[in-house]
Order: sequence, then structure tokens, then C-alpha cells
Amino acid sequence: MSTQNHPLELPEGSPLVRFSGVTKRYGDLTVLDNLDLDVGAHEMVSVIGPSGSGKTTVLRMLMTLEKIDEGVIYVDGKPLSHMERNGQLEFANEKYLRTQRTNIGMVFQQFNLFPHMTALENCIEAPINVLGMKRDEAEERALNLLDMVGMLEKKDQHPTRLSGGQQQRVAIARALAMRPKVMLLDEVTSALDPEVIGEVLNVIRALNSEHKLTMLMVTHQMGFAREISDRVCFFYEGKIAEQGTPDQIFNDPQNERTKQFLSAVLDAN
Amino acid sequence: MEWRWDFTIEILPRMLSAMLNTLLAAGIGYTIALVVGLIFLLGQRTKFRLCNWIVRECVEFIRSTPLIVQLFFVYFVAPQFGLVLSAWVSAMLTIGLHYGTYLSEVYRGGLEAIPRGQWEACRALNLSPARTYFRVLIPQALPASLPGMGNYLVGIFKDTPMLSTIGVVELMHTANALGAETYRYLEPYTMVGFMFLIISLPTAAWLRKFERYVGRSMGITK
Repeated sequence: MSTQNHPLELPEGSPLVRFSGVTKRYGDLTVLDNLDLDVGAHEMVSVIGPSGSGKTTVLRMLMTLEKIDEGVIYVDGKPLSHMERNGQLEFANEKYLRTQRTNIGMVFQQFNLFPHMTALENCIEAPINVLGMKRDEAEERALNLLDMVGMLEKKDQHPTRLSGGQQQRVAIARALAMRPKVMLLDEVTSALDPEVIGEVLNVIRALNSEHKLTMLMVTHQMGFAREISDRVCFFYEGKIAEQGTPDQIFNDPQNERTKQFLSAVLDAN
Repeated sequence: MEWRWDFTIEILPRMLSAMLNTLLAAGIGYTIALVVGLIFLLGQRTKFRLCNWIVRECVEFIRSTPLIVQLFFVYFVAPQFGLVLSAWVSAMLTIGLHYGTYLSEVYRGGLEAIPRGQWEACRALNLSPARTYFRVLIPQALPASLPGMGNYLVGIFKDTPMLSTIGVVELMHTANALGAETYRYLEPYTMVGFMFLIISLPTAAWLRKFERYVGRSMGITK
């Protein structure tokens, strides 16, 4: 599909993130179908929905881990998935992606910390080598972040010596160390034992309330999504079936699929 | 024929000196192979498909032909095309290339054992491809690659007698010469076997210790 209908830049005052007509296919399977989604600055948006509904794909495309097939993603007014050439948008090359990707940070379900580096080393590797920070400055910042997530005492430990919850908190500090404008949280508690989920949720709560970071969170923690989100999007078969405030979605869902999903999930809990 | 200790002691200095050459040949050959293996590995993972294909085919070709044929080709055939190399240089080049192909496969196995999430974390943190490989992926691939790398170190060491065929004065070459000079083969060849054994066995044990040490010191194993 052509990108002619998509502007080269968004006007001032546009949302921080915009998915404009984004489609993603794997072979014959359409994972995201002509998705339009805006995320405003300082907004906390939760993405919920059944498995295979395209929730994680949204984050992976925004993190540029996957290429999109159609449409354009904008971040901070500029195209992310595409770049301008001769007055037209074309798919971004790796060099362009590297300049734009610094706006986005991601925390993964499986933490993905570098196992051969200590917690502190994990947090300073990219700031030094990507942002060009001096080592002292990067360490000072990393120590502050590790303190914020309650992991300062474990700064010299390798990930294998940390519990899942502790690893996830270091992973959050590592992503924050890059000073992203948007944080993506991909089922960050799904791989955790129930007793440590709370410690990770507390960190996200603090990020939301004290730092007002723009966050897009895929989660199965319905209670948490309800408590923390400014907006909840319910995904079904690659589309947003319904979106609204947590109160609207959880107390008065309009879409039949949303009702079924919430009823099944809340029953299971 | 019975064992003669006086003859054994008499030839011991020559055998020990040849042993040093054997160790040198194995050491230099292995070092070259380590680097060549890395080049072959990276050469197959570029964004240029043609380059990847050429390197992969070269690796397959070298792996699929015997070391001794390659050795003869470099030492005896290459001069007919104007490339004249000494026996030592031919030997080191051939061993380096031959074992480099095996080591590239060992490295590849180590890299492919790294969870996909590590690559994705590097991308999410915007690390450059060079930084991704040399700072994140290769250090993690190393512990998984060490057993295979150790095997090929011992393998190269045990293949050095083949170098005697092009005149590299190593242990086997010296034993052959001693046999031809004295018509006694029992002591020289027994000593060759024994000397290989007393180097190979402790090396294999040391390599296992080293694997454990690397895993622990990198925090990858507890």
C-alpha cells in the first residue's frame, strides 16, 4: 500500500506515538489489521486481549523489532517505520532506525539482561556506547536508577544470582538509563512467581505517578491495568475492538468480545 | 626386539626438541584457526547474501576435503602457480584454514544457543552490530563453544604428525629420521605415542577446568 496519504511529519501538538493504518502479516496470517492508535505524552495505555490478538506485535513494531507491512508509525511527530526521501515516505533503513530508536525503551517478558554483565554493567553499557555518556556520568545515573528500583545493593551481582523480580527491576532500570520518551512493557510480570509480581508492579506504579513517563503496557494483570492506566485498549484479532478509560472497559464494556474476555479472565482469577 | 634404555636416553634430546616444534606448530596453527574461524563466522552473517554464500561454500569445500590433500596442494601444487611457501608457512596456513572452518561451526553453534531475546535486547538498546557481537553475543557464546574449541586444540595437536609429510621437523618426522638412521623403530615411535599422551591428557583435563572457570567468572553459571 502506498504511504501517499501519510504526512511526512505530524503537526505540532500531535500525540507522542501514532500508529496510522498499520498492518502486519506473517504469511497469510494478518496479525494487525489497519491499526490506528495514538498514545499521548505522559499517558499510560494498557493493552489487553486474548493470546494471538496482536498485543505484543504492537510493542515489537514500535521497538522496531519487526517491520510493518502497511501504514506508518510516528514517534514525536516524525515517522519511525519510514523515512523521507525525495518528498515521499519509504521504509526506514537501519541507519535511520538507529537515530529514531533511542526515543523508545522496552522491558521484556523474559528480562533479557546480559548474563555476563553485573546489574550495573547492564545499565551503563548502552548509555556509554550509544548515547556517548562518560563512564562516571553513566554510572552515577545507573546507580540512581538502581536505587529507584530498589536494586542498589545488588549492583555488582550477575543476573544468575538474582530472582526473577529482581532481574525485571534491573531490566526496567536498564531501559530507563537510555532516557526513552516512551517505555514499552511487554507482559513484564508473566514470567514471575506470584510472590514477586508486586515488587515489579510497585516500580511501575512509581514510574507512572512520580515520573509521568509515557508507557504502553501489554499485561494480563487486569487489576493493575485497571488501577494504573489512563486508557485501556482491548485487542481482538489484530484490531482494537474497544478502548476507553479503565472504568468504561472494566465496569461497562460495550463490545461483546470484551465482555467475554473480561468475564473469562475475571472468572479465572 | 627388546627395549633399549640407553638408546632411549640417547635420542631423548632430539625427541624433546622435536616435541617443542610440535607444540609450536599446534599453538601457532590453533591461534590462526581461532582468528580464521571468527572471520569465517562473521563472513557468513553479513547483510550481503553473496558474501555469505561465498564464505559458506568455501567453508564447506575446505571441511569436505582431507587436511593432507590441502597440505600437499599448498606445498607442492601452489608453487606451480607461482606461490612458493616454506614448509612451515604452508603447514600453518593449511592448519589455520582447515581448522578455522571447524571452529567457525563451533562458534556458530555457540551463537545460535543464545536466546533470541539477547539479540532483541541489543536492538532495543540500540547497540551497534559490532558492539552486539563483540560485547554481548560472543562473550556469551564462548562458554558454550569452549568444549568444541578444546576438542579442536587437541585435534590439531594430534594432527601435527601429518606435517612430517611436507618436511616440517616435528615429532613424527624426527622419529622417522631416527628409525631410518638407526633401524630401531620401537623406541622412537613408542616415545612419540607417549609424548602425545602426556601432553593431551592433562590438556584435556585443564580445558574442562577452564570451561568451568570461564562460566563462573562470567556469571553465566552459578
